[in-house]
Amino acid sequence: MAALINVPAKAKRGDIIEIRTLTSHIMETGFRRTMDGALVPRDIITSFTCRYNGAEIFRADLFPAIAANPYLSFFTVAKESGKFEFEWIGDNGYSSTASASITVE
Amino acid sequence: MNFWRAIMLAALAATAPALLAGEIPPDARRSGYSFMGPDTRAMQDDDTSNPGMLFVLDGEALWTKKAGSADKACADCHGDARNSMKGVAARYPAFDKTLARPVTLDQRINLCRANHQQAAPLPYESRDILALSAFVAHQSRGVAITAGDDPQAKPFVEQGRNLFMQREGQLNLACTNCHDDNFEKRLAGSPITQAQPTGYPLYRLEWQTLGSLERRLRSCMTGVRAQAYDYGTPELVALELYLKARARGMPMETPAVRP
Repeated sequence: MAALINVPAKAKRGDIIEIRTLTSHIMETGFRRTMDGALVPRDIITSFTCRYNGAEIFRADLFPAIAANPYLSFFTVAKESGKFEFEWIGDNGYSSTASASITVE
Repeated sequence: MNFWRAIMLAALAATAPALLAGEIPPDARRSGYSFMGPDTRAMQDDDTSNPGMLFVLDGEALWTKKAGSADKACADCHGDARNSMKGVAARYPAFDKTLARPVTLDQRINLCRANHQQAAPLPYESRDILALSAFVAHQSRGVAITAGDDPQAKPFVEQGRNLFMQREGQLNLACTNCHDDNFEKRLAGSPITQAQPTGYPLYRLEWQTLGSLERRLRSCMTGVRAQAYDYGTPELVALELYLKARARGMPMETPAVRP
């Protein structure tokens, strides 16, 4: 699925940087019903992780109350040049990945 | 005789401006953006936090994807959308000569699918039609709206204007009662805007998805307890055309974010 990632392209070593992620997902709560009363099965993202050059730096669990197209922002310290890898995992075997690179001077 | 005629004319002259008083002067027009709080504005302004951009990305992928029995993609005829589609959405709904009536951007996409791609039409408000129209309209971001300039579209603009001014539903309200006469006031805590359709299709936080202007119009009609026109009906298209013509000259914002 489409994802929008905002990571600064460049940073100074030791800088605190903000990472913003937005991904496409309906986040169906599992509590709603159709017009004829049938329960709409739950379909949400349950977990998000961010790895910085392989090491996990951020993880979040997501729940039915979170809106569609979840937006997450968090901070980290720019230590070295490299790659951020993002992964969203959800119901019905859902999995989506994205990545962004940074140059640390 | 002449005396009474003079009185009649004076009476007409006095009431005519009153009839038009509801309409917003061109330089007092404001986008729905200016009625929003700083957080929602920030969400629209940053392309990496604007959820509408997710649909634009999907639309970009669909633009180059082959469809239908003609096995053609949009890009096969129209090329790079950044050049070919710039300013196009700003003049929609546009008059179609073959059909002899105005068509919306969504209808134009489906006409293209039927005539050139030999593909099934995309249902109204489906993810694919919204993604494609968002992608096309995004190419016009910042371009001034020109809809309704075509002389052939004029009678339909007038039809839309009449619908805008016409009271309807159990609450017996016309669009103009809120959007011309009472904008900037509040309705159940939400600001009443001027109804300038600058950012469609737009991402509404309440909907948690992108939606068309027709969806917005239909929910307003339900709000005044009226029977909403079906998607794609001539009345809804005429209203859409009038609204776009009313916002003539204002810059496109697609994909906008609204609460």
